[in-house]
Amino acid sequence: MDSEDDFMSAVSSEDDILPDDSDNDDMSGAEDFDFDDEPDPDLGMEKSISHKRVAYDISFKVYQPGDIQKQQDDLINEVNMILDISKEEAAILLRYFRWNKERLIEDYMDRSRQVLEAAGLAQTTVGPPKLEVIPGFVCDICCEEGDGLQSFSIKCGHRYCVDCYRHYLSQKIKEEGEAARIQCPSDGCNLIIDARSLDLLVTPTLRDRYHQLLNRTYVEDKETLKWCPAPDCQNAIECGVKKKDLDKVVPTVSCLCSHRFCFGCILNDHQPAPCDLVKRWLKKCADDSETANWISANTKECPKCNSTIEKNGGCNHMTCRKCKHEFCWMCMGLWSEHGTSWYSCNRFEERSGTEARDAQAKSRVSLERYLHYYNRYANHDQSARLDRDIYHKTERKMVQLQKESGMSWIEVQYLNSASQALQTCRQTLMWTYAFAFYLARNNQTEIFEDNQKDLEMAVEALSEMFEKPVTDLADPQLKVEIMDKTTYCNKRRIILLDDTAQNLADGRWTFNVELSGVLGGNNGGPSNKR
Amino acid sequence: MASQKRIAKELNECMSSPPEGMTVELADDEDVHKWHVTLAGPPGSVYSEGKFGVVVSLPSEYPFKPPTVTFATRIYHPNVTNDTLGNICLAALKPEAWKPATKLRAVLEAVRSLLVEPQPDDPLEGRIADEYRNDRGEFEKNVRAYIQRYAKGAAKFDAAPPTAAAGAPGNSNE
Repeated sequence: MDSEDDFMSAVSSEDDILPDDSDNDDMSGAEDFDFDDEPDPDLGMEKSISHKRVAYDISFKVYQPGDIQKQQDDLINEVNMILDISKEEAAILLRYFRWNKERLIEDYMDRSRQVLEAAGLAQTTVGPPKLEVIPGFVCDICCEEGDGLQSFSIKCGHRYCVDCYRHYLSQKIKEEGEAARIQCPSDGCNLIIDARSLDLLVTPTLRDRYHQLLNRTYVEDKETLKWCPAPDCQNAIECGVKKKDLDKVVPTVSCLCSHRFCFGCILNDHQPAPCDLVKRWLKKCADDSETANWISANTKECPKCNSTIEKNGGCNHMTCRKCKHEFCWMCMGLWSEHGTSWYSCNRFEERSGTEARDAQAKSRVSLERYLHYYNRYANHDQSARLDRDIYHKTERKMVQLQKESGMSWIEVQYLNSASQALQTCRQTLMWTYAFAFYLARNNQTEIFEDNQKDLEMAVEALSEMFEKPVTDLADPQLKVEIMDKTTYCNKRRIILLDDTAQNLADGRWTFNVELSGVLGGNNGGPSNKR
Repeated sequence: MASQKRIAKELNECMSSPPEGMTVELADDEDVHKWHVTLAGPPGSVYSEGKFGVVVSLPSEYPFKPPTVTFATRIYHPNVTNDTLGNICLAALKPEAWKPATKLRAVLEAVRSLLVEPQPDDPLEGRIADEYRNDRGEFEKNVRAYIQRYAKGAAKFDAAPPTAAAGAPGNSNE
């Protein structure tokens, strides 16, 4: 697979630099994990005891469509052999039991009748499905009859003409996206139509769609599996982090397609902020940020009753509609002190005005606090986007550079690495601001803010170097500087994420909101570690 | 088209030997896709005094798509919306649960049995369902008041909005 080759070489320089972390950020995934032996894999934080792993690292495995198919086939074959039922029936049973093979076999041994019935299977065994022409047959759906009318039924014996059956199936598959639980068309019959019967009846396109849908239910039925949300990516990821752990860990996984996302909420990687904070933050931003910006830019609060007031006319003489307080829009002082100099306020030093402005300032603190974090969050978001644009230009730059300076392809890869580092670090930085917004001060926060500052400075410095014209980029000294800075950025990011993840796992952060799920332990106060 | 034959057959059956307590007609003789069913309140039920208009609309994809069945007559019932739409909550009519072999006769019988036995656990009108469960006397009083107001005489099918909505009986505001 050549895309994988590209991928590996693209990150190779980072691998060289960061042996400790090479399997986290840019992990190709498939090799170093052994889920099969470990139904409930450790969360990364437990492994962080061994110094090889960083605290935010979690175990996961990427499956490609072939792997997903094979897993199902293996399970189906196993059940098919153990229980001596057909593969199609084994598949239906497995889907009914959400692919829990052990429970299926146990239940089936105990009470096969009930299990078969509940799963929508018949007790009887008949030959393979086939179309039949039965004399005197009348289709109960379309009421057609006639010699040579082909008909079909599954084991329940509810027989309908082939056209009606096909129409029914194609509607279920195409319009309703149903596959695993398509029942016999008869009223009250809950027998499931098996894959073999279906293959006999429908067109190849529909058959493909049907099997695609079946695969989808396999992934969706298993709690430890999730689809990679990247457009056009067909891979699935297995990860053992459970929903209840999400206040302790941010399970970032990375697909073979190089998309990095959170296994908990499927959003793009949002380390170090836990899923719940991310959810709150996004909601808050969607609700508030534009409004808050506008309020901040266009309104002031009444110095007396703190109602928010928009100045909608030219005159500085304001009368609060609510409390009838009269004040000057410019200095916020009492209007009565303005005498006759009505339309120009030059009374900045008056006491009443200063006090009013102080009060005003206080009431703005919470708004300003939010905007402080929001603006930085949004800035990194936007910068990441700009960096991405630059990256596309970089590709051209790299080609140009090869021509102009005689450097080889591999020699210009440092630009690629720098670009990737910028992307990931900015994404992390972005979320540090959302994280910080909800963070209550304790001993840990200072370290966090230092880490944040260091990473931010490094990223901005790298970003500046990265934007230099091609002629400068050819300078070997700048190349070394960029490479060093890239390494440094990645290192700072790891330090920050390691620290935040470790504290999250240990419950040492205090948030000014309650994390959904359990977060009881963290009121034990800051510990004196570090 | 295949569905014409099926509809004709079902209509014929329902008109010649209608389900208990019902008469079936076409809304318009030219169009077999819209049926007007007059449903007499089942004897012994609290609805026994009323005559209800029920409209059955068959989509062009019938019988592969479910029919829509609504009350044209206002009715006070946990599983019917308390408005001029008269939507009914019937599990078998949900698109994903509909089976093409299901007959309209069975659907109509299911509607009728809702009058015999409302399903308060699967309500469209939560408040009425609560009342049905907790204050049966009040519920029955309201049902009768609705019948007096809307369901006397020949069933009407042109969903005439009540002239004074505020005056609807039993429309106690909670």
